[in-house]
Amino acid sequence: MSSNDYEPKIVVFACNWCTYAAVDLAGTSRMQYPPNVRVIRVMCSGRIDPQFVLAAFEQGADGVIVAGCHPPSDCHYISGNIKALRRYSLFRRLLEELGIEKERFRLEWISASEANKWVQVVNEMVRDLKRLGPVKLEVEAV
Amino acid sequence: MSIRPKVAFYWCASCGGCEEAVVDLGEKILDVVNLVDIVFWPVAMDFKIPDIEAMPDDSITVSFINGGVRLSEHEKIVKLLRRKSMFVVAYGACACWGGIPGLANNYRREEILERAYITTPTTVNPEKIIPSQTRPVEINGAKIDLPEFLPSLKPLDEVITVDYYVPGCPPTPEVTWEAINILLSGKLPSKGSVIGASNKSLCNECPLNDTKPENVLIKEFKRVVHFVPDPNQCLLVQGLPCLGPVTRGGCSALCIKANMPCTGCFGPLDNIHDYGGKAISFLGSILDLEDEEQIRKEISKLPDILGLIYKYSLPKSGLRNILRSVRK
Repeated sequence: MSSNDYEPKIVVFACNWCTYAAVDLAGTSRMQYPPNVRVIRVMCSGRIDPQFVLAAFEQGADGVIVAGCHPPSDCHYISGNIKALRRYSLFRRLLEELGIEKERFRLEWISASEANKWVQVVNEMVRDLKRLGPVKLEVEAV
Repeated sequence: MSIRPKVAFYWCASCGGCEEAVVDLGEKILDVVNLVDIVFWPVAMDFKIPDIEAMPDDSITVSFINGGVRLSEHEKIVKLLRRKSMFVVAYGACACWGGIPGLANNYRREEILERAYITTPTTVNPEKIIPSQTRPVEINGAKIDLPEFLPSLKPLDEVITVDYYVPGCPPTPEVTWEAINILLSGKLPSKGSVIGASNKSLCNECPLNDTKPENVLIKEFKRVVHFVPDPNQCLLVQGLPCLGPVTRGGCSALCIKANMPCTGCFGPLDNIHDYGGKAISFLGSILDLEDEEQIRKEISKLPDILGLIYKYSLPKSGLRNILRSVRK
């Protein structure tokens, strides 16, 4: 596969109240953006266990976006987004220590009206991941 | 010919502590020896690989294998033991999830060899000789070569099928004794189970559990180098990142009794998919800060997140595919 044909797979965990509504808005507004994202709706960004993100990478995702309501006070459940902020601050440090490119993971705050921001985030991430190229696995000796 | 169950022990990439743990059974080991025939135990007894090769398939009742698979020799012998054994037990954290030698998966093979054989301050190696499989040495007409140092360390179950897991670094004598009894009793749990340990978190058996509030919230992460913890209060409340809440119990809280936080050597509970992910989830929830800058500052006080949450299970991390790719 030449690098031009490479289409990265991006798993998105989006909260029901803000980001998923923004994704919906982008759709109903007929905004155009790359089809590389698979959006999974969860009730709150505070429900997105880092294990979900790790499982996405384990199963072949090239990048993961965790997205929720703007801190400090947009969260439908008061503080779920703050919990996500703390968890994914730790997660980013982990990626840094492992030397994994920071472009592979994004934590974004996208409100229900920010369809434009959603489109921009997806565009940027697809561009960054295409630049990184596919995950090259070592050839296993049998 | 004896009809007693045959048992084999083998070590791969490990420190030898697991072998020590078997001997730590003390006088009970004499009971074990009365009940079984030990047919292979390189660290303690003189059996050779051809002895095992000569045995019929499935003739060893159980093989206890500790350590992760890092050399081509480990791979060869564990595959041989798998063929000859009815049951294989991954004994200790390294065999279960990679353990401390598994942290080396954060480095390329070449980097590890260079560090170990050339750049360590105590090494004198002016000719820069690195063990290599491609340079066999001839001694008295016999060609001798070294096993290959594989690209990464693999937990045992990524090389062969593992029937049971005994966790711990090392497994305590109590856990070892319990596991041996379960195997000898014939009342075997379903394959793939962890045996000998508990399926409740460490907090459940921790003597400080009564001092742990319903909702632990801390403003800062501390380290044991900063202060002497109060031995009568939950270490989490004191700000130490103790991994007890996400770690399998069974060790009877040995480290906590010594005033040290749990580092997670008994590994994940049955319902946890990725130990490091769960640990991040839990550490994130107890940190009682709301401001992004403050959170970043507090987290930067933890010097080694990787070593904190994946001390025993980096090779099992969901990030392993990407990590292999980056390390290439």
